[in-house]
Amino acid sequence: MDFLGAHSPDLLPGNRPLPPVQGAIEAPHGTTIVAATFPGGVVLAGDRRATMGNVIAQRDIEKVFPADEYSAVGIAGTAGLAVEMVKLFQLELEHFEKVEGAQLSLEGKANRLSTMIRSNLGMAMQGLAVVPLFAGFDRDRDKGRIFSYDVTGGRSEEHGFAATGSGSVFARSALKKLFQENFTENQAATAVVQALYDAADDDSATGGPDMARRIYPIVTVITEDGYRRLTEAEVSEIARAIHERRLVQPDGPRAALL
Amino acid sequence: MSTPFYVSPQQAMADRAEYARKGIARGRSVVVLQYTDGVVFVAENPSRALHKVSEIYDRIAFAAVGKYNEFENLRIGGVRYADLRGYTYDREDVTARGLANVYAQTLGTIFSSAAEKPYEVELIVAEVGNAPEDDQIYRLPHDGSIVDEHGSVAVGGSADQISTYLDQRHRDGMTLSEALKLAVESLSRDNNGGERTLTAEQLEVATLDRTRPQQRKFKRILGGQLSRLLDGHSDAGAEEPAADAEAGDGTAETGASDEGTTAKEAGDKKAGGKGTNGKGAAGKDDSDEESGPLL
Repeated sequence: MDFLGAHSPDLLPGNRPLPPVQGAIEAPHGTTIVAATFPGGVVLAGDRRATMGNVIAQRDIEKVFPADEYSAVGIAGTAGLAVEMVKLFQLELEHFEKVEGAQLSLEGKANRLSTMIRSNLGMAMQGLAVVPLFAGFDRDRDKGRIFSYDVTGGRSEEHGFAATGSGSVFARSALKKLFQENFTENQAATAVVQALYDAADDDSATGGPDMARRIYPIVTVITEDGYRRLTEAEVSEIARAIHERRLVQPDGPRAALL
Repeated sequence: MSTPFYVSPQQAMADRAEYARKGIARGRSVVVLQYTDGVVFVAENPSRALHKVSEIYDRIAFAAVGKYNEFENLRIGGVRYADLRGYTYDREDVTARGLANVYAQTLGTIFSSAAEKPYEVELIVAEVGNAPEDDQIYRLPHDGSIVDEHGSVAVGGSADQISTYLDQRHRDGMTLSEALKLAVESLSRDNNGGERTLTAEQLEVATLDRTRPQQRKFKRILGGQLSRLLDGHSDAGAEEPAADAEAGDGTAETGASDEGTTAKEAGDKKAGGKGTNGKGAAGKDDSDEESGPLL
């Protein structure tokens, strides 16, 4: 990124002159991302909807990307800027790995993302914010970790689970009631899809599983074996199981009162 | 006042070329061979940290001999060029041909500039395609020319001798293990016809493997895997991936053995799809029993 800044600064998101505008620009926004850890890894999932005001701009947008072999990033906020930020982030990690011959530490990656979000602050002030969720497997500590960000690039590590985006309030509440420390990989995947279902239930900008069009959330798993995106068949199985149960119990599983 | 002597341009260039050639000839050689699933790089290099062979981009790798600081410079330049290209346009648009051209320009400029000493390096840039016919190997000597090579290439100390040896013995459709053994044989021949033995610790080996499921096809072959490949009987043990399984099958069946290859290869470095699937399935069973709170 330093090289890019010196060599062709126009390619960097932060270096563009901003036109003065009144009010917010209408651009597609991505919505809800959730993550949860389980012993041995972490799952990161996102819904598939992009909205532009009250219009659904895209039904099948992909908002969760591998950052490198051991981490992934899910994006909420202005889709165009976010996708570019992820592209640059992926490039930086790969570039570092090739030049230095070693991967960045997970902390290093998280800090780097923080700087990139901060460089977008000008745009964010005009309503084009990008707020990602970063999850990865820390090979030094042998566990999955989640980092959440605010619009100014402030970074905080989340323990257990986290959510970002417009539906994050609902998703986080759902995960809070569902999350258990000793989840298996599949249970963790089910829990995040449940959380996305709840977010879609209460937030109009979040898309639920689209059974008719076979559009399901993107669920990714990062373990010591690396990044893996669940296949459509695997996710559809989880989504269908949840859907079946919700036909009987529309509000989802009930937690114990005490 | 001293007047500089007149030196004819021919003489000046010849001197510079000789200077560079001598520098290169002092180092150990690197050989690059095509095999059925890609391109294999073999270098004699006792160091674990200072690499002679490295990744440039998805399908492109780089090998060099000569002065370390000079080719390291060129390597980083190449990685920058490739990453910038790939970011500006698309990953598809980064090609070995483009990269080799940039290297040729750089080396040529340095070679003919009177102010600088010529680089004492010789490079190989290789790209793996979807089929063996699409593989590309370029050799870039110190003076900035480009040589488009096929099959096998050697650069470094006794490159001529090694090339002749390789040309006689290399054939299309070799397995990884066969190609690797041929490369090591060629490297272990002395200038005066004698033989040395090269152990796995003295070798740096990497492949560009078109069957690798990841986008980035470059992979170093290290430690145990390398020793197994070098011992290389076609039944060298169950863990041994690709090459040995194929040694028996011959090239006709590569299609069939590809799946096994990919899974096992992935298993080696990051235990890919298969292993995780198994785990996923196990997880599923668990969750079926106690899925109460989740569903």
